[in-house]
Amino acid sequence: MAAKAFDVDALLDSAQIIVCCGAGGVGKTTTAAALALRGAERGRKVCVLTIDPARRLAQSMGLTELDNTPRAVAEIDTSAGGSLDAMMLDMKRTFDEIVETHSDPDRAKAILSNPFYVSLSSSFAGTQEYMAMEKLGQLKAASNWDLIVVDTPPSRSALDFLDAPQRLGRFLDGRMIRMLTAPARAGGRAYLKVFTIGVKVFTDVLNKVLGGQALKDLSLFVASLETMFGGFRERADETYKLLKEGGTSFIVVAVPERDALREAAYFVERLETEHMPLAGVVLNRVHSSAASNLSVEKSLAAAEALDESGEEPLTAAVLRVHADRLAVAGRDGRRAAQFRSAHPRVGVVEVAAQSSDVHDLEGLREIGSELSNGPSASAPKIAG
Amino acid sequence: MSDFPAVKLHVVSGKGGTGKTTVAASLALALAAGGRQVLLTEVEGRQGIAQLFDTPPLPYEERRVASARGGGEVYALAIDPEQALLEYLEQFYNLRRAGSMLKKIGAIDFATTIAPGVRDVLLTGKVMEAATRERRGGGRLYDAVVMDAPPTGRIARFLNVNSEVAALARMGPVRNQADSVMKLLRSNKTAVHLVTVLEEMPVQETADGVAELRGTDLPVGAVIVNMVRDPLLPDADVASAAAGQLDTAELGRGLKAAGIEPDPAIVSALAAEATDHAGRVRLEQQERTVLHDLDRPTYELPLIPDATDLAGLYDLAERLQTAGMV
Repeated sequence: MAAKAFDVDALLDSAQIIVCCGAGGVGKTTTAAALALRGAERGRKVCVLTIDPARRLAQSMGLTELDNTPRAVAEIDTSAGGSLDAMMLDMKRTFDEIVETHSDPDRAKAILSNPFYVSLSSSFAGTQEYMAMEKLGQLKAASNWDLIVVDTPPSRSALDFLDAPQRLGRFLDGRMIRMLTAPARAGGRAYLKVFTIGVKVFTDVLNKVLGGQALKDLSLFVASLETMFGGFRERADETYKLLKEGGTSFIVVAVPERDALREAAYFVERLETEHMPLAGVVLNRVHSSAASNLSVEKSLAAAEALDESGEEPLTAAVLRVHADRLAVAGRDGRRAAQFRSAHPRVGVVEVAAQSSDVHDLEGLREIGSELSNGPSASAPKIAG
Repeated sequence: MSDFPAVKLHVVSGKGGTGKTTVAASLALALAAGGRQVLLTEVEGRQGIAQLFDTPPLPYEERRVASARGGGEVYALAIDPEQALLEYLEQFYNLRRAGSMLKKIGAIDFATTIAPGVRDVLLTGKVMEAATRERRGGGRLYDAVVMDAPPTGRIARFLNVNSEVAALARMGPVRNQADSVMKLLRSNKTAVHLVTVLEEMPVQETADGVAELRGTDLPVGAVIVNMVRDPLLPDADVASAAAGQLDTAELGRGLKAAGIEPDPAIVSALAAEATDHAGRVRLEQQERTVLHDLDRPTYELPLIPDATDLAGLYDLAERLQTAGMV
């Protein structure tokens, strides 16, 4: 099938920002790290922002602590003149830093210890996405790198990455906050009246259910939002715009499984509607077999014949392993083909299933080379 | 005989992608088998139960979703924190009108999203209410309640509602609610089961999860190993296959005996596939050792092609019963 090609190397040589998205558990972080390493070894100054990487993958890049600062990855090949910095996002710290930058030390201290703030900065659904965007904005503004590769938070839905920041922005800019901060700002008298009654009911209920201290904490929290965060939504909108700028490309990561491909399809369609540039799809964990001309049926029949004869138990077992592998490869191939035919204009590159997780730079390098060449010649794809 | 006879509330957690919702649903079916009434709840607002049982999205209402073998019934409830808060305000304070006013101005949304721990108290509180009902009139009586809980990485924190709420409310009704939830969760009527697959990261998270639960005095129940595949190679050949030293002469002879031309390319391709397979079998064996060291009852469920359809759920339920979990 003459599917559209996805030229990963051309992308790595020209893009300024690459965002890797996809459902949780499809190998986004590994893909982001492999792309960043390849980009760096092709001569670009690259920074990779990872979110929650597996311990050993983080170690392979020298990331031993979560300190929210890009650190140079040693032991990469710098002969082409490139470099690689890597960092893990610390969402709470990123949030804390915004607070610290926008208020005096005493006030910052009060905010940082406020229980509402602690909850917002550590467990609000969407904070991680918001902070990933915020950090991306900061890295871009620093202008230290030619290319920034971003991993996205492990949300259930890939779309969360696009939606969550605005949700948090809306929430913080929302009626509730505005009402508690400055009822007088509300336009129109009737509006004001509803608000004032609303505030009274709210504070009464809060007092009754949570006790007086909670109310005091809440007013403090809201008051501090008022003075320092102004325009949360605008901030989210700014970064959202960054994603639409030239030089930004999205890569959708998936595996040949139903749910992951459905998520990938949603995302591909969403990017189209939003006019955001999709570079292509990376399909991880694709199984293949180098002996695909020995069919599942023939292998199983042969294994059974051997069983009956009572001879050659090893060969019988190996034939079953092969039949199993070929069945999985056939299924993967069909799913990949379905995705391709549903999205003929989207370039897809496949990465073979690895027998174990990637733990070192060499492993990342191999994935990088697969990403730019497709599966190696010794493992031809299984026809659907 | 059940391994958890005293347990009334089964909390099922697991790393994403391990099939936690499928296992929770199968466990509910297994518990209901033979005529019992079981409630299956979800708390993450993603309608996983409705998808599994192929029903329209569940409202905030207990609905029958399946009958179990031998006459039992499984009911399902998708717990929504907003609804739970409104119900709570109404029940305890007769604040129904205040509730709708609060909803209108976004206060309910506010309280259930960023008031520290309030959301979790509401979710666990509703599950507790269902698990401890005593008389008719307060709703349906259940023999057991199964909660499809948040993933392993967040489970200890989710269940440890006391400490979360403590930052906010040192006294008052919410604190009291949190205290009684905690009492049930720490009792022998509760078990927190962790679902995993035999891969490095999920197993590591399971071990971390067990340690965290133990650290907060929450009762760790079973470890359920999902999607287990049968080893295909004879035990004696796994080591040599994994090392890439399979006897290719023997393999060639065997293929010939089976009527397949032992073309060198085919032989080496098959040997390479056997190496991959053996490598995986060995990794799985290592992960099993890690799980064994956790010292909890462990059950294995096979990888079945369509675990997400109803027949698959009944199959898994029966296996949990046979294995002695229920």
